[in-house]
Amino acid sequence: AQGAGAGRGSVRFSLLLSFQAAMTKLGQWLCGLALLGSAWAALALAPPGLQLPAPFRQALLPLPIYLLVTFGCYSLATVGYRLATFNDCQEAAAELQEHISAARTDLRRRGLRF
Amino acid sequence: MAAGSADKFSVLLPTYNERENLPLVVWLLARTFQESGNNFEIIIIDDGSPDGTQEIAEQLEKIYGSDKILLRPRARKLGLGTAYIHGMKHATGNFIVIMDADLSHHVSLYFIKQKEGNFDIVSGTRYKGNGGVYGWDLKRKLISRGANFLTQVLLRPGASDLTGSFRLYRKEVLQKLMDKCVSKGYVFQMEMIVRARQLGFTIGEVPISFVDRVYGESKLGGNEIVSFLKGLLTLFATT
Repeated sequence: AQGAGAGRGSVRFSLLLSFQAAMTKLGQWLCGLALLGSAWAALALAPPGLQLPAPFRQALLPLPIYLLVTFGCYSLATVGYRLATFNDCQEAAAELQEHISAARTDLRRRGLRF
Repeated sequence: MAAGSADKFSVLLPTYNERENLPLVVWLLARTFQESGNNFEIIIIDDGSPDGTQEIAEQLEKIYGSDKILLRPRARKLGLGTAYIHGMKHATGNFIVIMDADLSHHVSLYFIKQKEGNFDIVSGTRYKGNGGVYGWDLKRKLISRGANFLTQVLLRPGASDLTGSFRLYRKEVLQKLMDKCVSKGYVFQMEMIVRARQLGFTIGEVPISFVDRVYGESKLGGNEIVSFLKGLLTLFATT
């Protein structure tokens, strides 16, 4: 049964790779979630005869929630960092103002009526 | 054959009520191209602006010459995508520059040299290198970074800034992308980059400074956020 499970897993993976080019992002996410979800369900909710040792099962069961929370923290940290390092272009703004006055002067000289 | 002398840059400028900004944008572009010795043309696509943008455009055509300033107006406001299609029909350059006419993208234009990296597309980014913004409060920056993060996670686009609209395309690349893209408004800009990566085109990035609108109102309200999310989810589900 273990061998058959591994075989199915690898076939699924190569199918995924070949479909990725044609699949939408939503499709890729659904496929990925289905793959991970079924692997998790198979391992965490297995019948008593095929179960992993107790510590593994205890860690596995809340794993989806842990991953979600970890991703949430990562997102907050990343956005926070990027917000803090968002450049303020003082020189660019000043340069633009100079360009604008140079432009107005030159264009007026060339006959533009604003 | 010297690549530099053979290239011509066609700048597409869709305008709506840009009477104040248009002459400044044209002056900046003309000066930058003249300084770098590149052949160029600026195609102004005005959608029947009521503030006299077309009249200013006509004056600019007299000043710079009708080989450099091409006026291709339309009767009424018809949208960005069709403006580009319309403009491209008249473009004689082999590179197309797409940008807003509102002076928000501080044009340092060394990105034109960047195309020597032989990229199919060169895109301005506010989020990398010394790119950035001016005149944005914390709330606006947060929304921008948050939206960009969401975009990166969902679309994995291979470019750091999708909603900027300052880009350089090879003409045939732009042609091909416009045939494939179906979105409207600025979501269309996002779709172009996503599709470009899918089609295997190379995308180079250049940091740009996004200076808040010199004249006129800049819009980032609840409506814009909602329509951005709708557009993002649509791209997520269809590309």
